[in-house]
Amino acid sequence: MTTALTPSSPSVSARASAGPWRTAARVLVRHRGAMVSLAVLALVTVACLLAPVYADDVAHTDPFTSNVAGTVMLDGRQVDIMQPNDNPLHLGLSPIGPTWRMAAYPLGADSQGRDVAARLLYGGRNSLLIAFSAAALCIMVAACVGIVAGYAGGVVDAVLSRMMDIMWAVPVYLFAISLSIVTVSQGLRIGPFTVASDNLLIPICIIALVYVPYAARPVRGRVMTLRRSEFVTAARGLGVPGHRIVLRDILPNVTGTLVVLAPLMTALALMAESALSFLSIGVQAPAASWGTIIQDGEGLIYTRPMVAVAPGLAIIVVVLALNILGDGMRDALDVRDGDRGRG
Amino acid sequence: MARAAGSDHRGGTLRLTAASSGGSLDPQIAYEHENLQLEAPVYDGLMAFPKSAPDRIGDGDRPIPDLADGPPDIRDGGLTYVFHLRRGVRFSNGQEVTVNDVAATMRRIFRVNSPAAGPYFSDLVGAAPCLNGRTDCTLAGGVVADPAAGSVTFHLVRPDPDFLYQLAFPQASIVPADTPGADTGNVAPPGTGPYRIVSYDPDRGLRMERNPYFHAWNPVAQPDGYPDRIQYDFGLEADAEVTAVENGQYDWMLDMPPADRLGELGDRYAARVHLSDMQVVYYMELNVRRPPFDNPAVRRALNDAIDRHAVVIHEGGPALALPLCGMLPRGLMGYDPACAYGRGASADHPAPAWQGPDLDRARALVRASGTAGQAVSIVTQTSPVAIAIAGEVRDVLTALGYRVTTRAITPTVEFSYLQNTGNDVQIGFTGWESDYPAPSSYLHTLFSCDSFHPGSDNSLNMSGLCDPALDAAMRAAALAQMTDPARADALWRQVGRDLMALAPVVPLVQTRRVDVVSARVGHVAISPYHLLLIAQLWVR
Repeated sequence: MTTALTPSSPSVSARASAGPWRTAARVLVRHRGAMVSLAVLALVTVACLLAPVYADDVAHTDPFTSNVAGTVMLDGRQVDIMQPNDNPLHLGLSPIGPTWRMAAYPLGADSQGRDVAARLLYGGRNSLLIAFSAAALCIMVAACVGIVAGYAGGVVDAVLSRMMDIMWAVPVYLFAISLSIVTVSQGLRIGPFTVASDNLLIPICIIALVYVPYAARPVRGRVMTLRRSEFVTAARGLGVPGHRIVLRDILPNVTGTLVVLAPLMTALALMAESALSFLSIGVQAPAASWGTIIQDGEGLIYTRPMVAVAPGLAIIVVVLALNILGDGMRDALDVRDGDRGRG
Repeated sequence: MARAAGSDHRGGTLRLTAASSGGSLDPQIAYEHENLQLEAPVYDGLMAFPKSAPDRIGDGDRPIPDLADGPPDIRDGGLTYVFHLRRGVRFSNGQEVTVNDVAATMRRIFRVNSPAAGPYFSDLVGAAPCLNGRTDCTLAGGVVADPAAGSVTFHLVRPDPDFLYQLAFPQASIVPADTPGADTGNVAPPGTGPYRIVSYDPDRGLRMERNPYFHAWNPVAQPDGYPDRIQYDFGLEADAEVTAVENGQYDWMLDMPPADRLGELGDRYAARVHLSDMQVVYYMELNVRRPPFDNPAVRRALNDAIDRHAVVIHEGGPALALPLCGMLPRGLMGYDPACAYGRGASADHPAPAWQGPDLDRARALVRASGTAGQAVSIVTQTSPVAIAIAGEVRDVLTALGYRVTTRAITPTVEFSYLQNTGNDVQIGFTGWESDYPAPSSYLHTLFSCDSFHPGSDNSLNMSGLCDPALDAAMRAAALAQMTDPARADALWRQVGRDLMALAPVVPLVQTRRVDVVSARVGHVAISPYHLLLIAQLWVR
């Protein structure tokens, strides 16, 4: 009988996990904002995945090589991509502005004569890849740290928590910039393994690392609550090994917290990636990310604002969508907590 | 007539601005463009490059007598130069200039370890023991002053066709014999020009006033100035300098306007913007001793394939740069706009100017060389323009079939890094502006066997080219330039073509300078050597 009440029991856990998740999914589907956000994210992701199709088959352009001496056909005539300004001395050059035609620099060109639209899509691939990967890695590490600290308590908790406090004390962007400057100049060497400075693993790992304390702290708090719960106490009383309690009783109960954190951490990672790339210490040229494209557009902000505005808007849209989705998921998973509380 | 009209404009204070100061004011030490330019109306040498408006000087890049009262008497097949000093010229402290001051100045060049000592005056008799900066340097037998005759005689150990150019270089400016034998730093020794520097704080500014003892002995070599005072302030960034000059808070700015302000300057202030050629050549040096550029076909292929128009655009567009197919800048003796590479051109039938890249021919050359697939590392500077140009070269080399990486190094380090053969550089982006406007200071300095020093950071022949026939042709051209300029011009052109047949470099562009002045400024005169002549500006 006692074992029947333990959530680690296969029969009970199957019933308990199926119900709350289905309920959460139902609530989420009814959350209009979350669904619109999900659609926007899907749309952006698919568009970015189709970047090679746009570059090769629609625009016929290479978004990674300079094309300052190139031309484009507009209204039946060849137009220089980089155009001398129309003043008596022809001082200054401006890249071609948005043409709003899919096949001919719809968002204009940057100062290297590259198609901003193509770079926006390719840049989105890198930005989203880094953001999702860094968030996933961060949450995994944070889950481990939070669960170990929260469940073990005592000295282990003290050591891990102080380490997190130290990391927390350093402003996150300063921390990320410091790590990036070190790694971007000479790559990363760990024993026999070498990661080149332009490898996306570097920004992924750096961003994941700097946000670990932000995710680990709520996980630890949740685990500490769970550790004092009746079913964990009961499992301990029955002599269930600690690692089994963690895997079967604790982890399933912090999953909701982790799931709610995921979109929020992704949004934070996306902004961090953009900031690092804007400072030339994230994604390295000639590869693009939304941050590098904003940097490309910095000097053109008065003459060709679209170069910086387009990736800026993309970041805003994705971050907004992730935050709204995160809110929706939190609402949905709060229902599950409520159900469990009533149960 | 022009001077009489100009005399109405005498007076006022000219206000100049720069991001930072140019370092030491000691004329034997100062080497930054900023101080060389501002000291042009302060100091004189025996010879000078004209400091008057170009319409009055004609050929502005040839040295003319300044404190010397005429061209020197050249004897012994170019081993002896005898100058007669102009009489009655006084320093700004009232002291008369004597031949002893000239001899002392030449000794001082060595005593203060002037950057000009080794490169330009090591051929003086007696210079060898002086080159380590010994304070007892006497140049015995090298510079002989004869106060009674008012003459100074220079003896060289070997003929130097550029000797008069080197005497016109600002570091050979004459200062009083009692000037300390060490860098005077923030204190400017008395000079003979129309102005004297009365105060200098490298963090804040500099002030120049009229030299009360000046009289115009040669209005081309050293004309009188127009403003009564020149105030030079330091500390503004280039962006703020543009705004200040636009608003009339300053009359001229030293630094180049940022690229994103050029459109505005052209649109709204075109009448106040002055463009002029700089004697700067930007190029890719190719190491002729390292694969794949040890193969002449690969070097020619790259010359064919590089799109110089793209480099022009990276440098700011056709208003600010012009494509180059040779290593001599426009305006210099021997300059040749013809192009042996690119579309529609060949060594036998050069195009009259750059026509565009010929990627097909370049690919064929690379295929024939069998070097495709090799790794190439480009070294460039960390500036955005240098990185963009290196990117352009990277794309071309990739299109030709090489595996290319780019390495950016801070500009102050990169120039030495490219020179040292120990660094195994294959190809590097760099620029060269000579100290004086003679073709040899480009071609001989950068490509002669004498300039190649393996393992040294001071090996200006970065390509490692050593061709005795080319060296002999350069010597012949240099010898002709003082006696027969037309023949020298033709000889230097031929040297340029011979050099490009060997293709140890890919010449890219020559840049142009943008000078912006305030609305109240008139009589903007730009010399090929001294750039904008600040003392010639009218402010009233």
